[in-house]
Amino acid sequence: MQERDHLSVEGLQAGYGAGLVLKGIDLAVPKGQFVALLGSSGCGKTTLLRSIAGFETPRAGRILRDGAEITALPPDRRGMSMVFQSYALWPHKTVAQHIGYGLALRGLPRAEIAARVAEVLAMLGLAGLEGRKPAALSGGQRQRVALGRALAVRPDILLLDEPLSNLDARIRLQLRGEIRALQQALGITAIHVTHDREEAMVMADRIVILDQGVIRQDGSPEEIYNRPNSGFVAAFMGAENLLALEAVAGDGGVRLPASEWNRALPLPGLRPGPVEARFRAEAAVLQPVDAPEAAPGVLSLFGRVTGCSYPGGCWRLSLRIGQAQVEALAPMPHVPGSAVRLDVPPAQLFLFAAPADGRGDTHGPRTVPEPQPQRSFR
Amino acid sequence: MTRLLWIPRGIGLGLLAFLIFGPLLNLLLWAFAEKWFYPNAFPSDWGFSYWGRVFSPRGAAWEALGNSLTVALLTVALSLMLSIPAGYALARLPLPAKALILLSFLIPQAFPNLTVYVNIARIFYQFGLNGTIAGVVIVHTVHGLVLSVWIATAAFSAVPRDGEEAARSMGAGPFRAFRDVTLPQALPGLLAAAIFVFLESLDEFTGSYFVGAPDVQMLPLTLFTAAGGGNYQIASITALLLLVPSIGFMLLVERFLKADVLARVGK
Repeated sequence: MQERDHLSVEGLQAGYGAGLVLKGIDLAVPKGQFVALLGSSGCGKTTLLRSIAGFETPRAGRILRDGAEITALPPDRRGMSMVFQSYALWPHKTVAQHIGYGLALRGLPRAEIAARVAEVLAMLGLAGLEGRKPAALSGGQRQRVALGRALAVRPDILLLDEPLSNLDARIRLQLRGEIRALQQALGITAIHVTHDREEAMVMADRIVILDQGVIRQDGSPEEIYNRPNSGFVAAFMGAENLLALEAVAGDGGVRLPASEWNRALPLPGLRPGPVEARFRAEAAVLQPVDAPEAAPGVLSLFGRVTGCSYPGGCWRLSLRIGQAQVEALAPMPHVPGSAVRLDVPPAQLFLFAAPADGRGDTHGPRTVPEPQPQRSFR
Repeated sequence: MTRLLWIPRGIGLGLLAFLIFGPLLNLLLWAFAEKWFYPNAFPSDWGFSYWGRVFSPRGAAWEALGNSLTVALLTVALSLMLSIPAGYALARLPLPAKALILLSFLIPQAFPNLTVYVNIARIFYQFGLNGTIAGVVIVHTVHGLVLSVWIATAAFSAVPRDGEEAARSMGAGPFRAFRDVTLPQALPGLLAAAIFVFLESLDEFTGSYFVGAPDVQMLPLTLFTAAGGGNYQIASITALLLLVPSIGFMLLVERFLKADVLARVGK
């Protein structure tokens, strides 16, 4: 088990000044895996990446590569290539000099450097630009040069620090695919830091969700998306509709009693007490109020439409259900004020016991005091 | 209306040009005047005889020019040698009391020059540095470090840190990354520091006088002696000599500071 882990991080703690940014991170990455470190800004994902690269000195914990400790090694002796968010290109060097830099450092003969540079240029579609300096390149080209510089030395481990966040949406989509394809073709182990959920989903084999310096969930994209282990992860993965429920013990086990805005629902596996229910806007099925009763296990909610907008594809509705404000998608527009029923199938309904102390995490349950008929959508 | 605007503009520019070039023109007249007495607007006799005297094998001009250039170049070298590591450290490393360190380079300037240099001369005398090129270079360097350390700190601060990190990540050691990435980007700033130190050293007088004279003759000292003796021709020719390396240095730097380099200075 140990020898199969290409890169591992054990009990890593790091911080600036008095505060701890990483509060004990454990992560083992097998060879060839693409891991996305996903989290909002300030969660510690970049600090973790920079600690692995050797640019931050951890307070505690170890970093191992093929079982050998590298915690104290300087960045140039770790054999990892990093791609920076700002690209970190050198304004005084040409594209060819960028890509050949690592090879020249390794003392390769000039002819071989030229051949490898040409190969990388062709691979990244940069042929013909070798004599240009960064100022004469577009954003996408700069990003490719930064990637080419990192890949030219054929690293085992590639570290990517939000490499796509400064690019136009169209180029970003294209480069996502290119980076993923290259990583798979070359068999590189990649650690990719991002705050973009979709980017992590489409690129990674495995997603690690970080929040406030700890790993909240670690699993495959499908697992994280379909089986979030906490309200925080569910919300981060797009299940932003939140209902505060109360589970009670009954004859047939724990259940959600019916109320003016919901039908009764058995809640197997949950203990009586406050429950946080989360679901995605696209998971809910909109029904007329008088539609036949839903299949068992489906949570049926009753509410009123408070807003309706058309972002393209489906109509996006804002609904008020009890005290909560939720969003749902519908094939048809609905007049604000109309009564509807919302059915959430069991597979897409995420239920978590609400924290006993009532504080929870910062992204946890919140109640919306007033109806918000006009909400802006991203 | 707008067509007449060139008149005030022309007058303004003319006045500015006269302010800059007027004294230099006077210098030029004096350099070639054989005889120029009070009521005459221009010299009554022109010639090169004073030039012959200045550059005669017995004249001090050649030696003074040589000394001044040697001292200025050595001062630039020593200042950069000290201010490149100092500037880098001040710009990059998490030093406590950074502002205090930068301010401390101002201390030699905080006291009257005469007081400082008289004392330096006394101390240098004990070490046998008085009257040597090395002594003068040290004095000029102390003076020039304020400029060069401050400018070098600014130059290194302007170079993004991640470029150097990228080089480290490619496998370059810390010194190699500095040489390949940071130094070339800071070069325009460092060149500017070099120019200032060079020009400061070239016409520095007080320190040269107390530490160097009379063994180390420098151009400003020659100029002072000549002007003090009422010999305006010799003084003017020396002053012109003093201008030559400055202009030469400027031209050299102008060649180096071409468009793409200059474009980054402002960024």
